[in-house]
This record gives sequence, C-alpha cells and structure tokens, in this order.
Amino acid sequence: MFIVEDKTEQWDTEIKPRNGLFDVNLKEIWRYRDLLSLFVKRDIITQYKQTILGPAWFVIQPILTTIMFMVVFGGIAGIKTGTVPQALFYLAGITMWNYFADCLNKTSNTFTTNAAIFGKVYFPRLIVPLSVVGSNLVRFGIQMALFVVVYLFYDIFMNAHVAPNRYICLFPLLLLMLAGLALGFGILISSMTTKYRDLTILFGFIVQLWMYATPIIYPLSRMSEEKQWIMTLNPLTSIIETFKYGVLGEGIFNWWSLAYSFGFMLVLLCIGIVVFNKVQKSFMDTV
Amino acid sequence: MSIAIRFDNISKQYRLGFVSTKTLSHDLNRWWQTSVRGKEDPYLKIGEVNNRATKGVSEYVWALRDINFEVEQGDVLGIIGKNGAGKSTLLKILSKVTSPTTGSIKAKGRIASLLEVGTGFHPEMTGRENIFMNGAIMGMTKKEISRKLDEIVDFSGVERYLDTPVKRYSSGMTVRLGFAIAAHLDPEILVVDEVLAVGDAEFQKKAIGKMQDVSKGEGRTVLFVSHNMAAVKNLCKTGILLKDGSVQFSGQISDVVDQYLSDETTKGIVNNFWDFENAPGMEKIRVKSAYVQHKGNYLTVKDEFDIVTEFWNLEEGFPVNVSMHLYDINGQCVYNVFTENKPLQKGLHKAVFHIPANLMNDGIYYVNNMFVSKSASYFNHEHAHSFEILEDRGLSDWHGKWRGVIRPTFITNEYSFIESI
Repeated sequence: MFIVEDKTEQWDTEIKPRNGLFDVNLKEIWRYRDLLSLFVKRDIITQYKQTILGPAWFVIQPILTTIMFMVVFGGIAGIKTGTVPQALFYLAGITMWNYFADCLNKTSNTFTTNAAIFGKVYFPRLIVPLSVVGSNLVRFGIQMALFVVVYLFYDIFMNAHVAPNRYICLFPLLLLMLAGLALGFGILISSMTTKYRDLTILFGFIVQLWMYATPIIYPLSRMSEEKQWIMTLNPLTSIIETFKYGVLGEGIFNWWSLAYSFGFMLVLLCIGIVVFNKVQKSFMDTV
Repeated sequence: MSIAIRFDNISKQYRLGFVSTKTLSHDLNRWWQTSVRGKEDPYLKIGEVNNRATKGVSEYVWALRDINFEVEQGDVLGIIGKNGAGKSTLLKILSKVTSPTTGSIKAKGRIASLLEVGTGFHPEMTGRENIFMNGAIMGMTKKEISRKLDEIVDFSGVERYLDTPVKRYSSGMTVRLGFAIAAHLDPEILVVDEVLAVGDAEFQKKAIGKMQDVSKGEGRTVLFVSHNMAAVKNLCKTGILLKDGSVQFSGQISDVVDQYLSDETTKGIVNNFWDFENAPGMEKIRVKSAYVQHKGNYLTVKDEFDIVTEFWNLEEGFPVNVSMHLYDINGQCVYNVFTENKPLQKGLHKAVFHIPANLMNDGIYYVNNMFVSKSASYFNHEHAHSFEILEDRGLSDWHGKWRGVIRPTFITNEYSFIESI
C-alpha cells in the first residue's frame, strides 16, 4: 500500500517503537491525577477489609518492635541512647524507617504484582508507585500520632529529658526526602527485576540489612569521626539524625549532609524515572 | 472522508523460549553492537514468519510484519484471521500495552479498547466505587464519570447492587458493568475484541446496538476483532485479513470474509481419492473416491451439495447398494440414506446423494459408507470423508451457535391473532 505523507494532517495520538531516554510524559501523569487519588483510596479501603483489628495493626507493630529493641539492644547489648529514654529513641527511628521500608517494599514489585492489569490497559505506569507512596502516608500518620502520644506521655508524666528545637520545622522536608528516596529506589528495583527475577531476592536482603546501616537503634554520635563520615554516605542517615535532633534534641545535625541526601534523592529519582519509563514500554514482552 | 487511524509499517518481534542466561549475553551483545560500535541491532535481522505449525530455526519470530493500512473516520473495520495470525498483538500495540518493534500508528483522538471488560475491578469495592476506578484506568476524569454515572448504571442494569461489593456479583453482572463503563468512554476510536462471546442474547443485542450507534450516529471509528463471521459481516463495512502476521487481504467486508472462509475451509473439507492398488475395500468392492461436490469455494447452510462415492465392483452381477451414514462431530448419526439394491455389472460405479440447501446446520460432519449386500454389511467404509458447513445467517441480532442437529427451512409456520383479552 502506498501512503502519501501529508504534513498538514493533525495526529493526536502516535504510537512509536521506543521513546527517547528522557521522554517522560509528566503532562500525561497530571492528566491521570484522578486515577492516582482513586488508587490511594482503593489501597486504604481494601487493606483492612475482613480483618479483626483493622488499622490497629498500624500501632501494634511499632509498639512490639520498640519493646523488642529495648530488650535486645538496650537491655542485652547495652547500647546507650544518650539522654533520651530508650522507648522514645527507638520509636522515633522505627516510625521514620517504617515509612521508607514500606514504600520501598511495595514500589519495588510494581511490575510483577500489576502484570495482569498492565497487560490489558494503558495508563502511565508511574501512577502505581506514586499511589503507594501516597497511601502509605495514612499508615505513617497513624504511627506518627502514636509517637506523639508516647512523646507527650514521657514529657509530661516522666519528666524525661527531651529538647525539641526549631529544626523540628524541617520535618515536612524530611518526609519528602524519605518518600523520594523510597520511590527512586523502588522504581529502579522494580525495573531491574522484571527481567532478572533473582535480583528480587538480593534486594530484599539488602533492604533488611540497610536498617542496621542507618542510625535507628544506635545514635550516630557514638561513632568515631571517620566512621560517622562513612555512615553519612547512606542518604538515610542524615534524615533520621535530623529528625531525632529536631524532635528529641539528640543527634547530629549538619546542613551539608542533609544537602547531600537531598541531592542524592534528586539524582536517584531522575535515574529511576528514566529507567522505569524505558522498561514500561517493553516489560510486557519480558515479564 | 478523513483518515482516523493509520498503521505505518508496524512490526513486532518476539523472542521464543525461556529468558535464560542467554538473555543477558544477548543483551550485552546487542548493547555492544548498537551503542558502542554504532552498528545495526544484530537480532533484528534474523527472525522468521510466525507460522506456529512448522518448526522454526530462529529464536526470534515476527508476530507482525509490515502492517500498513488506514481506517476512515466513522468506519467499522473488521480484523479477522485464525488464531496466531497476529490479531491480539496488533490490539496490544494499539492499546499501548506493548510497543511495536518498528513502525508507527497515528490516530486522531482517544483510543479506547474493550480488550478485557472490567479490568482493574477490585472485588472488595462496591459497584459504584469500581465504576470510578475502572473509568479512571481507562482515562476518564472523575468529573466525566460523575456526569455519565446514571447512563452507565442504566445501561448495565445493576442499579440494585450498586453499593454491593463486586465480589458478590454474578459473572454476568460484572461483565455487563464493565462493558457499560467502556461503552460510555466516548473515545474517537473504539477497539472491540470478542465481547460478543459473553453475556446473554439480550445483552449481546444491547452491546451490538451500542457499537452501531457509536459508529453511525456519532461518527466514531470502530475496530472489531472477532472469530464470529456472522457478527463481523453484520457489523463491519470493511475488513482486513491477517495471516502469519501480515495483511493478506483487505477490502469490503464480504470479500474479506469470503477470502478467509475459502482459505480456512480447504482444511475443513477433506475429500479422499485413492489409486486402485491402495483403494480401501474388500475382494469384490474397491473404493475409488469419497467427497463432497459443491459450487464456490466453501459450503454454507444455504448451499446445496452432493455427497459422492465412486467404487469399483469386481464381480459381475454382485448385488450391492451404498448406505450412507452422515455423522455430526459428536458422533450422532444425522441420517442414513441408501441407494437401490440391484446386481451390478463389473466396473466403476458412482453413488451421488443430493443434499438440498437449508437442511443442514452449521458444523463439521463425516461420512461412513456402508456397502450392503443382501441386507448384510459387506464392507463398512468408516470416515470415508469429512466436511464443514459454515454459518450464513444474514442480518440477525443473535450471534451465538444455532442449536439443533439439522436446520430445515421446509418446516413452515403460521403466526396469527386469535382474540383480544
């Protein structure tokens, strides 16, 4: 069939083999914003249908983990938590870490768990990991409320030494950075595991160990100068430390390391989105 | 008329077999060849026509190869072809689920597909919540869905269960709700794949009516993929025939369907011929041939045809007749008819059974010819030959399988008014 190319014709939709590396359609994601909010709503509604305790699980998990840490690390191993009560120290770390780990775990298998729906209908795939980050905020909010309750309890009744300061105002930024890092790593991992499944096992293992490389169960200040420097290479270190410093007055705060983490997040997010975008076009043939 | 959608050299290559360690080495090689040395992709050159029946040499196959066609706005295009011809791949590319290896598709306006109705339904959520969910997945905004909610609910007929979780729905209700949402998407180009296979007669009627409205009243373009020739002929104006990943034929729908059927039924009709040496039979009877004789390239319920067998009688004056048993695919004998029993002279004989038009139902049939002498079976020629009779229904709202062993039109009927009540 001979086709005359007519330059004057207007085409709205064009389907081509593979887009350029940086051809990320952010406008399209904006157009699907209603889907994003519906996905968030769906996740929240359906997560605890037909469970006995429902959202209470959000609270039970960090409480039990904190008690466990108090027994094992605080009691048996005898790791000091500075001037702050152990329970508050652990709970602060766990609350922040949980949000990061939950987002990461759920976004990192975006492709494999959604293969059925991705195989049938097109929408910007990035909507799915974005909605995970959004719906986990609810869980995070409840756990944060628990932290505030425990915090006030220690402050008012126990007269504990907690010294919140103005760096507490950085909290929204810290949350944004956690979400950005989780999303960036998550979509990068999910893109890589569509083709080579055994990477799932590797990454699952890495995330488990990662918590111990982040100052959750020990204060960074207990380490020597050089070791502290190595620890801050982990982009999560400064986020957790800044949070603890602002809220509890215990921790090391440094604008430079926070800026490093922020830059790390931006670069990671860009790489993640580019790779994710490339994989989403061909993954139905490899999954 | 303007062109609504244009396919330009669309090809799709797949790699066969497992994703083994080889993938990584192929990937690395491909990366080395294309990115570092700036050469052509070494794996795009190989690959063969996707004929599943024959064993291929290459690991790469072309599921689609150089597909070129255009569809005018407001046209209903039928895409037909047997399983594995590339229909589904074409639809997947069209709905952006997978991307083509080469070529491009250009379209005016939104493309929506009814590939799988009810995609993304969450069983725990109510019908109403799922309408919003599913609509949003298909690209509608909340506002658009709210505006159409009443229409969708009305069309689906599940109003009573709107606030019940979808897991309590019957499968028919789920499909109806899914189709209702998709049908109210108002895309400029609608892709429909075998939705007629589901639902009852009433729903089929509704669905087809909606498709016709969409193309006729609203000037939208519909691409319709189906194995149901009656439905395709009914709904479409033009069509394309896919074979082994390429467009084999395109044009008016009746020509395309003709081409497809005559291609397909050469396999459906098995006529048998033998040499004297290899002929089946006994001492006195040898069968030369068993076949059907008809006009045209294929056989439909509206065609008359002859069932023929030719045989050699090797004994002068041997009294024999041919008792023809016609069986349907389930092994049910449809009828048994026979020729006159008389002594035959030595030589070649021929028995012809004239089957009138409008007697048989559509389906696959086979013939057993029993050679009977003096009321006893002398030689039973089993599975002498087989043939397929195709559907030809004309205009109808019902596209399911026509029931019955036979489908005679000589049964007349009267339909009259008796009295008012």
